[in-house]
Amino acid sequence: MSESKNETSTQENSQWPLYEVFIRSKNGLEHRHVGSLHASDAEMALENARDVYTRRQEGVSIWVVESKNITASNPENSGELFEPAKDKIYRHPTFYELPIELKHI
Amino acid sequence: MSPEIKLEDAFQARIDDEQKIEPKDWMPEKYRKTHIRQISQHAHSEIVGMLPEGNWITRAPSLRRKVGLLAKVQDEAGHGLYLYSAAETLGISRDELFDQLHTGKAKYSSIFNYPTLSWADIGAIGWLVDGAAIINQVMLTRTSYGPYARAMVRICKEESFHQRQGYEIMLTLCQGTPEQKAMAQDALNRFWWPSLMMFGPRDAESPNTEQSVKWKIKRKTNDELRQQFIDITAPQAEYLGITIPDPDLKWNEERGHYDFGEINWDEFWQVVKGNGPCNKERLQARVDAWENGAWVREAAVAYGNKKEKESIKVKTA
Ligand SMILES: [Fe+2]
Ligand SMILES: [Fe+2]
Repeated sequence: MSESKNETSTQENSQWPLYEVFIRSKNGLEHRHVGSLHASDAEMALENARDVYTRRQEGVSIWVVESKNITASNPENSGELFEPAKDKIYRHPTFYELPIELKHI
Repeated sequence: MSPEIKLEDAFQARIDDEQKIEPKDWMPEKYRKTHIRQISQHAHSEIVGMLPEGNWITRAPSLRRKVGLLAKVQDEAGHGLYLYSAAETLGISRDELFDQLHTGKAKYSSIFNYPTLSWADIGAIGWLVDGAAIINQVMLTRTSYGPYARAMVRICKEESFHQRQGYEIMLTLCQGTPEQKAMAQDALNRFWWPSLMMFGPRDAESPNTEQSVKWKIKRKTNDELRQQFIDITAPQAEYLGITIPDPDLKWNEERGHYDFGEINWDEFWQVVKGNGPCNKERLQARVDAWENGAWVREAAVAYGNKKEKESIKVKTA
């Protein structure tokens, strides 16, 4: 009895954990984030993802991952993260000037 | 200028620039609150909307109709899920959202507080109610909050079958016996005006509209959407050979729109306030489903925990 009491106290929050769902729409394409859902465990998350996100053959493969395991960048740091790439135009092919008569380059 | 005002200006500039707002971005508190209210209200409507239609699944007139209706109702559950998930990105939990619905603090679309008395009502709902929802939802695919817009794109892809199955039901009835056609007419009579009310109060009585348009939550006003629905639907009723119950409904060549009669706003506010024909029954059905399912949710958690413990044991053994 005391053990089961212990167990319910760890589940005080009745809400099931949140999972993010990724679907590969067909072989040859990458898995893509399609949404999220709550489930009591990963297996149920997969089954529910099947029912909710692939009812019309939208996928051939599913990944689910608990949302808390995702580390995301903070939009407040977007400047320092992404702006340094802005002025590096020499990373693009058009930066290099070649005569137009040149072919296949 | 206070830093708060500076942030708000930058936020509005992003909206004006047609940039989407994503969950972790800074947003005005009112933008967040408005979205939680609107998205959750929308989610609640999807799942309460399953009830009037679920009423006819076991009595569908053929297997073809039954699988169609089942698939539609299953879609609506999915729509509810997409929208609850979108609302949760704004920092409110699923439990809180359900709680707001079950205590009556949150609203859902009033249309679902009307009863489904005959099979023709299933046709009328698919045609008119899903039809009205589609008009609203197509607009919302371009809404400024990213997760809401993405949920809408997914939903809109699934909706058109709902409306087509509804119209097909109406068409079949209208081409059937005089009694069947009368059934279709009766369903149209009862669902026409409540469908028009789905777009909400008139613009003049809708104080939130201006802010919603400014934040690009909505891109059209209630009255514009309502007019769009009437213009699309009137010829469809004509094709069925049944009559929209509005003596003032008439094509206005000059405006390029249908004119229509006055909506009974008294009825609208009565149903919103909880005095519609099925308000109590719908809410009770939701609360019962939630409470009677509690043991299933608990058992699933216990089972999940047990499996996790076992897998840890195996790993450490
Ligand atoms: Fe829906
Ligand atoms: Fe629908």
